[in-house]
Amino acid sequence: MIAELGHFTLILAALVGVAQMIVPMVGASKGWRGWMGFGDPAATTQFLLVGTSFAALTYSFVISDFSLNLVFQNSNSLKPMLYKVSGVWGNHEGSMLLWLFILTLFGACASWFGGNLPATLKARVLSVQAAIGVAFYAFILFTSNPFTRLSVVPFDGRDLNPLLQDPGLAFHPPFLYLGYVGLSMSFSFAVAALIEGRVDAAWARWVRPWTLAAWLFLTVGIALGSWWAYYELGWGGFWFWDPVENASFMPWLIAAALLHSAIVVEKRESLKSWTILLAILAFGFSLLGTFIVRSGVITSVHAFANDPERGVFILIILAIFLGGALTLYAARAASMEAKGVFSVVSRESALVANNILLAVSAFVVFIGTLWPLLAEVVLGRTLSVGPPFFNAAFTPFMVALALILPVGGILAWKRGSLAKAMRPLWPVVVLAVALGGLVFAMQTGRTALGPVGVALGVWVVFGAITDIWMRTGRGALADRLGRLTRLPRADWGKLLAHAGLGITIFGIATLMAWEQEDIRTAQVGETFTVGQWDIELRAVRERVEGPNYISTMAEMVVWRDGAEVTTLYPEKRFYPVAGMPTTEAAIRNGILRDIYLVIGDPQDGGGYAVRTYIKPFANWIWGGAILMALGGMVSLTDRRLRVAAGAAKTRVANGGVPAE
Amino acid sequence: MKRLILILALLASPLWAVQPDEILDDPALETRAREISKGLRCPVCQNESIDESNAALSRELRILLRERLVAGDSDAEAVDFIVTRYGEFVLLNPTRDGANLILWYAAPAMLIIALGIGWATIRRRGGKEAETLTEDEKARLDEILRS
Repeated sequence: MIAELGHFTLILAALVGVAQMIVPMVGASKGWRGWMGFGDPAATTQFLLVGTSFAALTYSFVISDFSLNLVFQNSNSLKPMLYKVSGVWGNHEGSMLLWLFILTLFGACASWFGGNLPATLKARVLSVQAAIGVAFYAFILFTSNPFTRLSVVPFDGRDLNPLLQDPGLAFHPPFLYLGYVGLSMSFSFAVAALIEGRVDAAWARWVRPWTLAAWLFLTVGIALGSWWAYYELGWGGFWFWDPVENASFMPWLIAAALLHSAIVVEKRESLKSWTILLAILAFGFSLLGTFIVRSGVITSVHAFANDPERGVFILIILAIFLGGALTLYAARAASMEAKGVFSVVSRESALVANNILLAVSAFVVFIGTLWPLLAEVVLGRTLSVGPPFFNAAFTPFMVALALILPVGGILAWKRGSLAKAMRPLWPVVVLAVALGGLVFAMQTGRTALGPVGVALGVWVVFGAITDIWMRTGRGALADRLGRLTRLPRADWGKLLAHAGLGITIFGIATLMAWEQEDIRTAQVGETFTVGQWDIELRAVRERVEGPNYISTMAEMVVWRDGAEVTTLYPEKRFYPVAGMPTTEAAIRNGILRDIYLVIGDPQDGGGYAVRTYIKPFANWIWGGAILMALGGMVSLTDRRLRVAAGAAKTRVANGGVPAE
Repeated sequence: MKRLILILALLASPLWAVQPDEILDDPALETRAREISKGLRCPVCQNESIDESNAALSRELRILLRERLVAGDSDAEAVDFIVTRYGEFVLLNPTRDGANLILWYAAPAMLIIALGIGWATIRRRGGKEAETLTEDEKARLDEILRS
């Protein structure tokens, strides 16, 4: 009954969505206020209806209603409650319902917080948002209904894939979807602005918080996924250039570019048509990502051909929205006249360079992800594009981006001077080169990645600190410190996000350069040495029972210079219902390094296969990502964004100067 | 997110990536073997190198590769040996020839073109502005700020 209620409210929501797609759009073009206003209650209604539907599915998972096919396939009565709930989106149908739920949430937010938007723009935004919703209602209801019942109710469910039964992964998809779907708001704003034929500073202010929110959710989502891979997959890899990862990385890169170009539109009324294009592309990449993940086309062209229904459906959605928006763009972009002019050396130009580098690096990921597919379909060649390609082709653009970042951040708007911008940065250059050189001298004979990564990281982090310090102007130290506390939140956001990027670069480079690995057979009671550590395999307990798994658990003691550092318990688990083994690495997290232990199978000659990794600065990778997200959050709370619309109005009224 | 890898993990036998008994006694040779195997794709997995993969076939390939190296093959010869048997598919690092040149050089070409267009556009627009008088600039500035 509850499930049928969920199905019913989903259908109702779809009908409301169709009305919301048409009525406000017509109202906006005819100038009918009543029709335009329809978007607001409709958006809230859609959100409540889809919310009810989502709650109904969650309820079915929580009470383990195995008469639902989806619950039967993806849950089990023994599963811990957290994973019963996360099982809702740990599958195709449920994740699409979550997608839709978040889409309607964003639509409702646009209605709730968009009070200051011009009525026609708001009506059009809600209408475009509803159109995206309608496409996905159709997708769910016609191809992926989560509420399908089974005629014979099974006794118990098949359990969720054990690798997904993990706190990191429980929250990974919702964050990722908040990011993907958040970009639909930027898209809706872009399309609405194209229909309106007007893009100005106020538009950029309205669209920036949505993009910022989407980007920060994507950052958290990607970081969670990467962190999960690090501790769960058993060899401490954190990024694989897997098509599914790339699918989330491309919108992240484009959203980062969009964030920066929207600043130029807001402050200088330039780069308008480019910003609109980025907004369209960002959501286009989100849809492409959904297509890649949901159709299985990248896994194998044949897997796609065997069950093309869902893939083709998403491909059609992608074609309609991207094609439609780009056609509209081609027709209208020329009318977006830039007002602010700027010279080659200026903050604007630096942001253009940022945009070019981010867009090109997104293109590297794009072509690398789709090349095997293209090669097979067009050339008949089956080939692979793996991490060696991406590392070689992607890294140079990121290095260039990191190199220009501190300079661009300090350059003056409109017309700057390189010499002037560099003046406060020279000490940072010296520091970065000195530290890089020191590292190079200490690590003779190893990869250049370490020193280069250290120098770049130092350059970006201290460049960001110099940047905010320069914002305090001249004068006595006390005055400057005082001014530091009164700087707009956006400046602090900039500092955090840029420093976060520097820290992530530092973490990735040093981890890849200085990681140590040891693989061996260890007898119980044996002590072996890895780097500065002595590791003792003290005991191995077989058949330790967990709630829904059986575990082999080792007790391993880590010593350094004769002193006990820690005792770790790596496990090898077996999930009988799913028939799957997993590894639970035991990690001693540290600021300078992680000690990462993995227990393997018993060996023929007695003892166990044991893997030990020393992973320097591993946590800095995610620490940097958290800082980036935090920077986004701090920027979001900036007064200027919160009261964006109101501020824009008063600015027009008294011809005031934009903040900054 | 790593669903593809998960599927692989499903298929994989509970063997491990590089096993203690596979490791060669000569550390230099073993280092070479590890480096090469990081660039070779497990033929039955999703996007995993034979170095990371748990599949039985990957283990065979790792052992085969080490046999070739011990027999005196150079890195390139050892890779060729495996590519002739399993096809181009096993190369995680695509070759830089033929159509693959597009893959490798499309992005750098795009960067150069984009920088060129960006440079030209900014020069054209900014150049105009640079020639105007400061008074005009001020008027222009007011116009921008008022809009």
